[in-house]
Amino acid sequence: MNYSGAEILIKSLEAENVDTIFGYPGGQVLPIYDALYDADIRHILCRHEQGAAHAADGYARATGRPGVCLATSGPGATNLVTGIANAHMDSVPLVAITGQVPWSLLGRDSFQEADITGITLPITKHSYLVRDPSELARIVKEAFYIATTGRPGPVLIDIPKDVSSTVNEYIVPEELHLPGYKPVSEADSWQVVEAAKAIAASERPVIYAGGGVIISGAHEELLRFAELLMAPVATTLMGLGGFPGTHPLSLGMLGMHGTKYANFAVCECDLLIAVGARFDDRVTGKLETFAHEAKVIHIDIDPAEIGKNVRVDIPVNGDVKIVLKQLMNVLQPRLGEAWREKIQMWKKEYPIDFCDNRELKPQAVIREIYRQTGGDARITTEVGQHQMWTAQYYTFSKPRSFISSGGLGTMGYGMPAAIGVQAGCPGDTVFDIAGDGSIQMNIQELCTAVNYELPINVAVMDNGFLGMVRQWQELFYNRRYSQTKLFNPDFVKLAEAYGAEGFRVTKRSELAPVLEQAIRSSKPVMIDFMVESEENVMPMVPPGESLSKMLG
Amino acid sequence: MTHTLAVLVENTPGILARVAGLFSRRGFNIDSLAVGRSEDPGISRMTIVVEGDDSILEQVTKQLHKLIDVIKITDVTRDDFVDRELVMIKVNTETSTRAEIMQLVDIFRARIVDVGPKSLTIEVTGYESKINAFENSLRPFGILEMVRTGKVAMLRGFKSITISDHQKREETN
Repeated sequence: MNYSGAEILIKSLEAENVDTIFGYPGGQVLPIYDALYDADIRHILCRHEQGAAHAADGYARATGRPGVCLATSGPGATNLVTGIANAHMDSVPLVAITGQVPWSLLGRDSFQEADITGITLPITKHSYLVRDPSELARIVKEAFYIATTGRPGPVLIDIPKDVSSTVNEYIVPEELHLPGYKPVSEADSWQVVEAAKAIAASERPVIYAGGGVIISGAHEELLRFAELLMAPVATTLMGLGGFPGTHPLSLGMLGMHGTKYANFAVCECDLLIAVGARFDDRVTGKLETFAHEAKVIHIDIDPAEIGKNVRVDIPVNGDVKIVLKQLMNVLQPRLGEAWREKIQMWKKEYPIDFCDNRELKPQAVIREIYRQTGGDARITTEVGQHQMWTAQYYTFSKPRSFISSGGLGTMGYGMPAAIGVQAGCPGDTVFDIAGDGSIQMNIQELCTAVNYELPINVAVMDNGFLGMVRQWQELFYNRRYSQTKLFNPDFVKLAEAYGAEGFRVTKRSELAPVLEQAIRSSKPVMIDFMVESEENVMPMVPPGESLSKMLG
Repeated sequence: MTHTLAVLVENTPGILARVAGLFSRRGFNIDSLAVGRSEDPGISRMTIVVEGDDSILEQVTKQLHKLIDVIKITDVTRDDFVDRELVMIKVNTETSTRAEIMQLVDIFRARIVDVGPKSLTIEVTGYESKINAFENSLRPFGILEMVRTGKVAMLRGFKSITISDHQKREETN
């Protein structure tokens, strides 16, 4: 049977069990949208291609299945770029499909032509420019395989219009032939043995768990591993939810805005076990003093991460879920009372807390969201102060419940991501915890949420500032608030104009009842929390400083 | 320390851009890069000369391996190897200097490939220090133009850098 390239594409997506695509039509994807018209795949029309990319990213992070976004050539494709870079930095399986001008016009600066495979070269795991419809089925299969295996990441497929409209035979691709791509799973046994020896010899171990724990589905293994060693666990921003925040061994988050006890524990440990984490500068602070008394074991699926930023004593290259099992097979339970007592003392002495004056503080809002959702909601965030407060005051205990732009730090990520999360997890309560700056970067997606009846809750921590930048200006630039004071629209009216419900909370007494109403509502809701304007995120490690030198 | 890497890649469009882009964005320095078809028509072979200590080389290798189309990387400098570079030099000649230049061509076992009224175009192959010495000896006459292919390298003896060898090794591992 013969099909158009576009039909082959849709058949190939169906073969990958794609149920949802986030996209935006345009000239060079007309054949693809025509084929979609009859397909069983749900298409969610976002209001900006960046929104489509973030929504697909949020869908992928919440469900663990690859997210798919679709855009036209030129500006459609370039609008995906931030979303693709975001997925690349946080290892999110994303398949981005773009239209391209026909081969006959390629390279002639044609209308809406952009070299998107060239533009995205540094921010994709792999990319394809399709030459012939006969390649399409194989390329789609490869793309999904590459995006989802090993260290996941975005793969781009650029399809010229003549390729999507030319008729060709559809042959289901057989075995993939990728001689240069062999993701690891098990670690070499000598690495496991070395790691086990170091663990047995350590007195003050700390587990430093990153997003790799969640990606590989290793949360249960991590819990058993930590309990076997009785070792405390500090997570990165991306690792939140990978270890229960309510567990006595949990140290919460480490790094720039981490808990004091997590940072003290890392400074004084004699063994640091990094599990699916990549020693980002926001985690390590000054590299020379980071865990300087410790041996370092680095467990990661990506060999290029091992030894990239810090000296590693024992590399363990493998899928963290499998490696943790390998380690537990050879390890004996241990106790380490003195070390745990010291950490308990730090926890008592330096709890994560804020000065609660019964005013409407952003931290109090987040604690109340936690209380009312019982920690069961899926939380997305934008980027800034509200993101850090969410990490500090919403105690995450389940994997894939905290969905945030970690590596790239993309303002405007949260709301489209929440749409993707809600589309992938229809029954769940979804919150986008936002700032009044970030929320306006993709505000148009509120229309998408209303359009598709996705009842997300958008909680805007409205302090009238680009809060995180203002905080740095306060601390490091003599309070010269250059371009950080915001003029805002009326968010309640704006929500209503889009067809969502809008609420405003100005007093602490209104917080609980309005939140209850929002969670009960079956419509998308936006709540404008008029929070204290110059609250700071504390504690804080000043940039480039040692973790032991925390402010606040 | 200079390392010479033999990199086998799938012969796909864009692979050169992927490799070159990787070096520039990660801040690695390439001394030279030569590409061409290998004994297998589907596989291209790149010879990349890179400057850096062991930790840089480790990162270069690991990052290169992350490219899907890169199949195999061998640091030939860790073994016995031969390397060669081909250079063409167009040198200014006067009637008075022509003989002297032709003598140098003989000494360096180079070849004259084109003769003009006021110039000679000379081809020379060899290892780097020989080529540098030849270039320096021609410099006083006035080098009008020079083009170098970049280094290519191969292991000595029966050992070879091929894909089937790679697959065989993987099966035994």
